[in-house]
This record gives sequence, structure tokens and C-alpha cells, in this order.
Amino acid sequence: MRSPAIKQTNTHSFSKTLAKDWDRNKWKYILMVPVIVYLILFCYKPMYGLIMAFQNFKISRGISGSAWADPWYKWFENFITDPYFPRIIKNTFTLSGLTILFSFPAPIILALLINEVKNKVFKRSVQTITYMPYFISMVVLCGMINVYCKQDGLFSQIAVALGGTAQNYLASPDYFRTIYVLSDIWQKIGWDSIIYLAAISAIDQEQYEAARVDGANRFQQMLRITLPGLVPIIMILLILRLGGILNVGYEKVLLLYNPSTYDVADVISTYTYRLSFPTSGTPMYSKSTAIGLFNTLVNVVFLVTTNAISKRTTQSSVF
Amino acid sequence: MKKHFLTSDSIFQFICIVILIALCIVTLYPVWYIMCASFTSNTYLVSHPGVLLRPHGFTLGSYKLALTHPLLLSGYKNILIVLFISLPINILLTLFTGYFLASKKVLFKPVLQFMILFTMFFSGGMIPAYLNVRDLGLYNTLWALILPGALSVYNSIICKTAIEAMPDSLSESASIDGANDITILFRIVLPLIKPTIAVLLLYYGVGHWNAWFNAAIYLQDNEKLPIQNIMRAILIANSNILNSAAAENDQVNQFAESIKYATIMLTTIPILCIYPFLQKYFVKGVMIGAVKG
Repeated sequence: MRSPAIKQTNTHSFSKTLAKDWDRNKWKYILMVPVIVYLILFCYKPMYGLIMAFQNFKISRGISGSAWADPWYKWFENFITDPYFPRIIKNTFTLSGLTILFSFPAPIILALLINEVKNKVFKRSVQTITYMPYFISMVVLCGMINVYCKQDGLFSQIAVALGGTAQNYLASPDYFRTIYVLSDIWQKIGWDSIIYLAAISAIDQEQYEAARVDGANRFQQMLRITLPGLVPIIMILLILRLGGILNVGYEKVLLLYNPSTYDVADVISTYTYRLSFPTSGTPMYSKSTAIGLFNTLVNVVFLVTTNAISKRTTQSSVF
Repeated sequence: MKKHFLTSDSIFQFICIVILIALCIVTLYPVWYIMCASFTSNTYLVSHPGVLLRPHGFTLGSYKLALTHPLLLSGYKNILIVLFISLPINILLTLFTGYFLASKKVLFKPVLQFMILFTMFFSGGMIPAYLNVRDLGLYNTLWALILPGALSVYNSIICKTAIEAMPDSLSESASIDGANDITILFRIVLPLIKPTIAVLLLYYGVGHWNAWFNAAIYLQDNEKLPIQNIMRAILIANSNILNSAAAENDQVNQFAESIKYATIMLTTIPILCIYPFLQKYFVKGVMIGAVKG
């Protein structure tokens, strides 16, 4: 972090520096007042609420009136010894891992394919069409999946035509992961390819010229020039993605799962959601906050680690 | 170079085009299906599930119902209210933050910058945020959908990058002429970063339009729910939320299947009509966002 003006305190008095800074930048500070109010009310005040993770929080008593948990790590211990703990950790890493394995390379392949097309109109049309699903809301996407996966829906019809049997795919634990990953690719492949297309357009054209002279065909050029040209940006995005490994798209899981698929679909955030907003019984606010804090901390650790690796290997970092 | 009809290059290009066309079909067909189904009569949908290539028994009945049903209407009304109030707040806060982060020689910038960026990586989580909304008295009001997400730090970094890309001389000469920061921001900076503002409007707008989770935990009354949450009830929970609110139950039952498709179309079409025109701008926005993290 840079500290440009602070060193001047040696020569001027601090109040003089303050007065000068205010005189120069007062409107900048005044414009920031609503932003600071927002940050305090909606970002920092909830952080104070994290105290709940170390309390036996009762909503009727509030944070100041609730008793401390004994021992202080009670809810964290409770979470780790929870019978569902192995299941939700496994599912979180599996869904996240599968997304990285399949959804991450898909837009790279798409960008390479689009790059091979010479016809400008066709190229632009493919781009516009593949960007579209990104703008479809999660509710609508999951609603569409619901309609297609029904007992008599599109997928069953296709399965029957191919000699299989009709079934409700969303009710079966066997298909949840496939549905989750394939729909993720469908929705994001175009949007995520934008960055790779931009990187491709920055590759030096002379390299292709030289390769052509050496007799390389388009496919060889793609493998030997375009793909290596993309490696730096691929590395950065991959490291960033690994940094958010616990961030499973929980909104989508919430919309798609049901008790019959909890075994493969229940992740950390959906479990916290059910603890906090149970259909019956008392909400477990303290435990849920503790899990949330655990999740955030693991994410921060992952992010800092991957950022450090990224800094060392690719010279690019978030901070 | 001689041109052969069947060189390895032309075969390769042909394969690429075939794959891309297949991808486009896979992308478009589900949406085409929804569109056909929305114009198809309910009886046909129930008796012929599966592949639809065109509307059958063309009817606008489900659209009529969707556009007159009180709960769907209130859903559209609520989301429009949210957008109308949110977007100006979002853009102003983002602009102020971007301008501040792009400014130089400001004594407290490092402190504030840290305070802003810290929120990107650390947050209270679901329950503290929920109880905070209750404490502030926003529970079960539309403000609960507007205020908690009023500023996206990520978007303000995009805005900051756009402002930094402007030549310094512009704002410097203005400030020598005696213009204060507010004049500089609104008279000089804002007109120059209009394309970025368009992208930010798209990002925030799509975000609000498609959001449902906050409304699901912060709102209690069905009449206050935005359209996505009404859709969630119809499409995913298969609830009879429409029946209970409608006077004409028969009509709802008559279109039970096809009204799903009509509402999907009505909530998706507005965005699908806007984004192609903003394409060249959001491509830029994605790049800035990715470069900066």
C-alpha cells in the first residue's frame, strides 16, 4: 500500500497537511460520504454480527444480550462433528472440481474455434448467440431444466426414442452433477470466451506468417501459436478460479436440488441456508454464522495462497 | 499459393464451422422451444410432451393471462420499482467510488481504498446480513432489495479503470480554470466514460432483474415479490400461488402449462433485446474486469 502524503509530516505540521488536503480534495471526500455510510451499514455492520458465531445467539436477546458459547469454538466443533459435514464438504469440492474440469476449458475451445472462422458475419452471429444464455436468469434456467427433466419431458422423450426409459432426471442422484455442469457450460461458455478472444486478437500476426512460410497448416498454427499465446491468461484465470474453490453456485443448487438428491447436491452454503431458514423448528443462527465464517476464512486462505503462487509464476496478482 | 478444393485447412475450417453451428443449435433450441410452447395451446402441450419445432394451435391466451394476472403484474411492477430506484443509486455510488479510487494525491485514499477493497474478500455472511436488514427495519420492504447491494466494488474498479484511461490534462486544465471536483466529474469525466456507464447499467440492471435470493429471504408478502420469485414459485416449486391470488381459477388451470412459458418469455425477452446492442461495450467491460481481478 502506498502512503504518498503521510511522509510530508516531517516538514509541515500535521494539521497543516490536513487543512491543505481538505482544501484540495474536499469534494472528493464529500462525494465519498454516501459510499462510506453504505459500507458501514451494509458491509461492516454485518461483520460485527460475526460475534454470533461465538455466542449462543437468541434473536430475542440480540447480540449484546446473548450468552457466550462455551467453549468459544463450540459451533465450529459442532460443525466439524456434524454427521452431514463429510457429505457437504465432499459435494462442495466435487461440484467445484467438476466445474473447473469441464466448464473451465470449454470457453477456451470455443474461442479457438471462433478464431478459425474467416467469415465475419458468421463469427459475430456465433458470438451473439452464445452470449445469450448468460443473460437468462438462474430461476428461468432452472425452470427450463425442470421442464426438460420431467418424467414426460424433452430428455425422457429423447431417451425413449433411443431405447431408454422415461424418468424424472432431477429426482435421481445419478444425474444431478451432470445436469449441474452441463447447464453451467451452456450458460457461460460464450460469455467466458470473450476474454480469450480478446487475448487471441492480441497475438502477434507475424508469428502466423512465419508459420505459414514454414508450411504449418491452420490446425498446427492453432496448437503451436494460438494456444501457447493464451497460456498466460489461462493460468491467471485458473488460479483465480481455484482461489474461489468453495464458491459453488448455491443459488442454482437451491433451485435444482430436492431431498432425494441431497446426497450429491447439498453443499456448504445450501446447508447453512437450511439451518438458518428451516421449514420447521428453530433457526440455528449461531451455527450457521460459524459455518459462514469458516467458509469465508477458507476462501481467504485459498485466495491469498493462489495469489501468492500467481504472483511468483505469472507476475500478475489481485493484490 | 495454389488453392485446392480439399486442403487440410479447408477440412479443418469445415469441422470448426460444423461444431459451431451445432453449438448454436444447442444454445438456441431450448429458447426456441420455450417460445413455441408459449404460443401453443395447453391441451396440445399436455397431450404431446417432447420436441416442439413450431407453435401448435397458435394462441395468445397464456400471454393475456400473464399480463392480467394480479400476482404477475405486481411482480413486474415491483421489479420495475426496484430498477427505477436502484439504478441511479448504483451508478452514482459507483461513479463516486471510481472517481475517488482514480484520483491522485489524496491523503486518506489508502485508508479508504483498503476499506473498500476489503469488502470484496471478507463479509459477514448470510445470517449477519439478514439480521442487519431486520435491524435496520428494511425487512419485508422493497428497500431490502435496493440498499444491501447498492454498490458493487467490482463494478467501481471497472469505472476507476475507465477514468484512469482518460488523459490527465483534461481534468487538470479544468481545475486550473477553477472547476471543482463535482463539475469535473459530471461535466468532463461522465460524458467521456458514457460507454462504461452503459456497461455498468447493463451489469447492475441484469443483476437486479435476475436476482431472487434476497427477495426470498427478505420479503414475506407475495404482493411484494419481484417477478423472478413469482416465476420460481410457478416453475420450480410448482406451487398454486397463481390460483390462490386469482379470481378466475378456471382460467389459470386452463393455461397451467403454457403460462410457464409465457412468463419465461416475458421476463427474458427484454434483456435479450437489449444485450446485442451493448455487445461491443460489455466485451470491453469484461476485459477490464478480468485484467483487474
